[in-house]
Amino acid sequence: MSGSTVVPAPIPAAARTGKAASAGGREDKPLKRLAIHLILIVTAIIAAFPILRVFSVALRPGNRLLDSTFTLIPEGATLESFQHVIGDTELPRWLFNSMVVTTGTSTIGVIIAATSAYAFSRYKFPGRGVGLTTLLATQLIPAAMLLVPIYILAVQLKLANTYIGLVIALSVTSVPFSIWILKGYYDTVPIELEEAARIDGCSQLEAFYRILLPLSTPALAIVFLFNFLAAWNDFFLARILISKEELLTWPLGLQRFQQQFQTQWNDLAASSILISIPVVLLFLYSSKWLVSGVTAGGVKG
Amino acid sequence: MNLDAVTTAIGQVGLTLIVIAALVVALEGLLYVLLIRVIKTRYAVPIMLVAPAALGLLILIGYPLLWELNVSFTKMSLRNFRDPGFLGLANDMFLGLDNYVEVFTKPVLKLTGFWQLFAQTVIWTSINIFFHVSLGMGLALLLHRKMRGKGIYRALIILPWAVPQVIALLIWRTEYNFEFGAVNQLLGLIGLGPYPWLSDPFWNFTAMVITNVWLGVPFMMVIILGGLQSIPYDYYEAAEIDGASSRQAFRRITLPLLRPVLTPAIILGTVWTFNNINVPYFINQNELETSDILVTALFRQAFQYNRYGDAAAFAFVVFAILLVFTVFYIRRTGSLKGAYE
Repeated sequence: MSGSTVVPAPIPAAARTGKAASAGGREDKPLKRLAIHLILIVTAIIAAFPILRVFSVALRPGNRLLDSTFTLIPEGATLESFQHVIGDTELPRWLFNSMVVTTGTSTIGVIIAATSAYAFSRYKFPGRGVGLTTLLATQLIPAAMLLVPIYILAVQLKLANTYIGLVIALSVTSVPFSIWILKGYYDTVPIELEEAARIDGCSQLEAFYRILLPLSTPALAIVFLFNFLAAWNDFFLARILISKEELLTWPLGLQRFQQQFQTQWNDLAASSILISIPVVLLFLYSSKWLVSGVTAGGVKG
Repeated sequence: MNLDAVTTAIGQVGLTLIVIAALVVALEGLLYVLLIRVIKTRYAVPIMLVAPAALGLLILIGYPLLWELNVSFTKMSLRNFRDPGFLGLANDMFLGLDNYVEVFTKPVLKLTGFWQLFAQTVIWTSINIFFHVSLGMGLALLLHRKMRGKGIYRALIILPWAVPQVIALLIWRTEYNFEFGAVNQLLGLIGLGPYPWLSDPFWNFTAMVITNVWLGVPFMMVIILGGLQSIPYDYYEAAEIDGASSRQAFRRITLPLLRPVLTPAIILGTVWTFNNINVPYFINQNELETSDILVTALFRQAFQYNRYGDAAAFAFVVFAILLVFTVFYIRRTGSLKGAYE
């Protein structure tokens, strides 16, 4: 990275570096302040509107689905839709499938990326530069390009329509990005710490497991989260690899609700809310770290 | 959903985890012994650490790429659905470079040709990046100050990024419905529309752009806000003492110091937008061919028309375009230099 102004050492700290700057100094004139608040309020409404509307649709009773009013709490508001999607549809099953696949994926992804990133960060070896470039280049491959061969490969290995096939396919797709982020983070940890440990009698690998990995917990958490979100939101790999009803992940299931607008608009809305709430909370909580993770991986070497 | 299914699922995935972990350890151990004892190389440790990732990528990206390359020289399709073997030479499926030539000379889809798709992709990418960066920058500058409710604004504006994309897109798709969707109903309140968002080529493309701008601004805003926060306030004070106007300060201090954040964010954003299959796929739902960009055309060619040979050649052309752009841009801006040290 040219000039180390942007992403200083450990990632959580990077989000809070703006002690002196973040406040931005002196107060603005009242009129300017008003204008700024107005613009921000309008933007916030545009950003949140579709989501607020989904809430209102989810609360509508069955006979008012196509109401054209825009009240947040509709007339005769009811939680029927939520009861319906939890009790009468396959939504719980889809969520469970997604949860199983996503957890497996993120675990494997983090394990594989953590060790490789260590090699890229601490060693010079033949093929290192080529390897890093290749990892970047994989990010340019259009998603649709690999779907046909991956499907055929999965069929040949009898992994189509299994959790395992989907887990393996998904965990590998996030590996290049994870390696870049972790390498960027490891690079910011002084190598002297490991050298000191080695003088005290640790082997090279012990130094990695005992010194660097514990110090990298925040970065590992970010990578886990990245893998988690990528797998949780994946649609296309699941679409080609999974067709059995009982293995559908939530994006595949949800698409079925959406295809029948009239009858199931409120089911779609209620399930969307149930699926989103945990992810959105997790995301808002961790967004600072996520972002410094992106820039650390992309900018910092 | 019953208890049996739950335990089977957890058992399967748990077992996979254990098997994969065991394989990784076995592979590393084997390599280590081999490299240290037999070949006696000093690179034993890094090679062994990289091996699992390399193997995984080789199987799931390397092999599929080779397969695509092989198929791109053959006439494999649903009608010719046989294992082509090496270049299809053995079973009369070999076409040579015909598929590559046809990408440029024949319509890629039913009606739409390569150059139209390329133009649409360039327009799609540049409009989106323009709005992502300019709106993201504007909002970041507004939020980068002492003010009440800053956290609330930030949390609300970030929502489009936080909601799972498939959900956001399914919602937008529903809201574009001609009669019942909120978009036309809202426009009706101010006397505009209704517009055929889903059936007319122009309005459909516009709908895609609107949706993607809505989705992409928060990412840029948060990235730029992070960059702004790392610029020390002293610089602005010094500039003010020297009599610089706020516009000068923005051009001479803010922009140059934002560059290390902005450049990779723009590269990343461009690649993501260019390769964005989710937004066109869900907003258009594979209905209008005219709304396709290169990557959705690729998906359609492979999965709707099942022309695997054509699609493979087309895929390499699309990949090459993106590769040339990225290499050129990275060279010119000199970003990523530090990564290889």
